[in-house]
Amino acid sequence: MRPSILSRPPSTLRAVDVLSPRSLEAALLLKAERPDAVPIQGGTDVMVELNFDRGRPPTLLNLNEVEELRGWSRENGTVWLGAGLTYTEAMEPPLSELLPALAEASRTVGGPQIRNRGTIGGNLGTASPAGDAIPPLLVGDAQVKLVSLRGERVVPLHEFIVGPKRNAMSDDELIAGVHVKPVSGRETFMKIGPRNAMVISVVSLALRVDGDVHAAFGSAGPVPTLVRASTDDVHTLPERVADAASPIDDVRGTAEYRRHALRVLTKRALERCLA
Amino acid sequence: MNIELRVNGEPRELEVWEGESLLFALRERLGLPGSKNACEQGECGSCSVMLDGKLVCSCLVLAAQAQGHDVVTVEGLAEDGNLHRVQEAFAETGAVQCGFCTPGFVVATADLLARNADPSEDELREALSGNLCRCTGYAKIFDAVRLAASR
Repeated sequence: MRPSILSRPPSTLRAVDVLSPRSLEAALLLKAERPDAVPIQGGTDVMVELNFDRGRPPTLLNLNEVEELRGWSRENGTVWLGAGLTYTEAMEPPLSELLPALAEASRTVGGPQIRNRGTIGGNLGTASPAGDAIPPLLVGDAQVKLVSLRGERVVPLHEFIVGPKRNAMSDDELIAGVHVKPVSGRETFMKIGPRNAMVISVVSLALRVDGDVHAAFGSAGPVPTLVRASTDDVHTLPERVADAASPIDDVRGTAEYRRHALRVLTKRALERCLA
Repeated sequence: MNIELRVNGEPRELEVWEGESLLFALRERLGLPGSKNACEQGECGSCSVMLDGKLVCSCLVLAAQAQGHDVVTVEGLAEDGNLHRVQEAFAETGAVQCGFCTPGFVVATADLLARNADPSEDELREALSGNLCRCTGYAKIFDAVRLAASR
C-alpha cells in the first residue's frame, strides 16, 4: 500500500486553498484573481487526482454552492443546461424527452453514486475523448457559454474541445452551461463496454435524425467528432463514420475493433431512428 | 481549515486538510469507520454515504464541500438501537462474505428502497451497479434486498 500523506495532521500538509463562492459573480471574481484555481463540481475527476496525489492544485474553486449553475430550462426553442446539471437530473423527464440521447448516455455513466455527483459542465471541462455526454451534445448542436469578468462568449462544442483533455477556455473563464437543440425527430445513444455499468467507453455513438442526420462518436479519436449526412445518403453513413475516426490501440480495445464497432453501432442506430 | 456539517443528525465541527476527501474526514477525524476506503476513485461504492439525501461516494466529495451539508453514514441508519430493515435483512440472509463491501451495499439498498419500495429485478441490479463485491457474493446480497423490500 502506498503511504498516505493524509496520515499526517492537517496543519503539516502543504496548503491547498478551497474557495467556495456562493454566486456566479463571486466565482468569476475569484477565478480572475486566482487563474490557477481548479474548478471542482461533482469531484468525480478532480478528487481522483487528489486522492492518488497525482496533482496538488494550489487552489480548488468549489462550485457546489453556485445556484446559477444548477438545473435546466427552455429558452427560445433551445434547452439550457446549467454546467452543474448532474447525470441523474439529465435522466429525468421531461428533460429526458427533450434530449433522449443525453439521457441514455447519462444512464451509462458510472453507477448511481457517480451520476448523482458528476455534471455536464465537468464532462465538458475535462474534455476526455471518452466523455459520454459529449456525442449527444454534439448531435444537438450544443453551444458552450463561457463566462468571465470580461464578459461572456459562446463557443460551438466542436470548437470548444481542441484536443484530448484540452478545451478552448481561458484561465479566467468558467463554463456557465450549454444551449442544445431539443430533438424534433428521433435520436439515440449507444456505447460499447465490457458491462452495463461503471464502464469507460470502448466506443460510443450518438445519432440524431432530424431533417438531416447527425452522428457523433467518442473514444475513437483525440476528440469526440461529428459527422453529418443527408437522409438520401444514410446508406454510406456507417462507412463515413468509421472513416472519420482515428482510433488507437489501448487497454480498452484495438483501433481495428473500434472502427468495426462504429460501423455496427451506426447501422443499428440508423435502424432504431429510421424505424 | 475548519468545517461544520451535520453527520447522522449531529452537528459536528472539525479541522480538515483542504485537499482531503469526506471519506477520510469521516473515518480518520470523526471516528466513523463504517464507510470503507478501497478504490478511492468511485469504482467500488464501499464508501457510499447519503449527502443531502443523495447517494454518493464519499471518496469523491471534498471534505470542504460538505461544509454546511447533511451527511448520513451507515452508522446513522439504525434508529433507537434497532437495526435498519436493510441491515436486518443482510444479517438474516447471510449476505456477507468478507464484509468489506457490506456497509456500501447497505447504504445503497436503503437509498433504493426509500425511492422505490418494490424494485424490479432490473431496477435492483441497476441501483446496486455502483457497488462491487470482490467475493462475488451477489446472489445473497440480492436475496437480502428482496427480503428488505418485502417488509
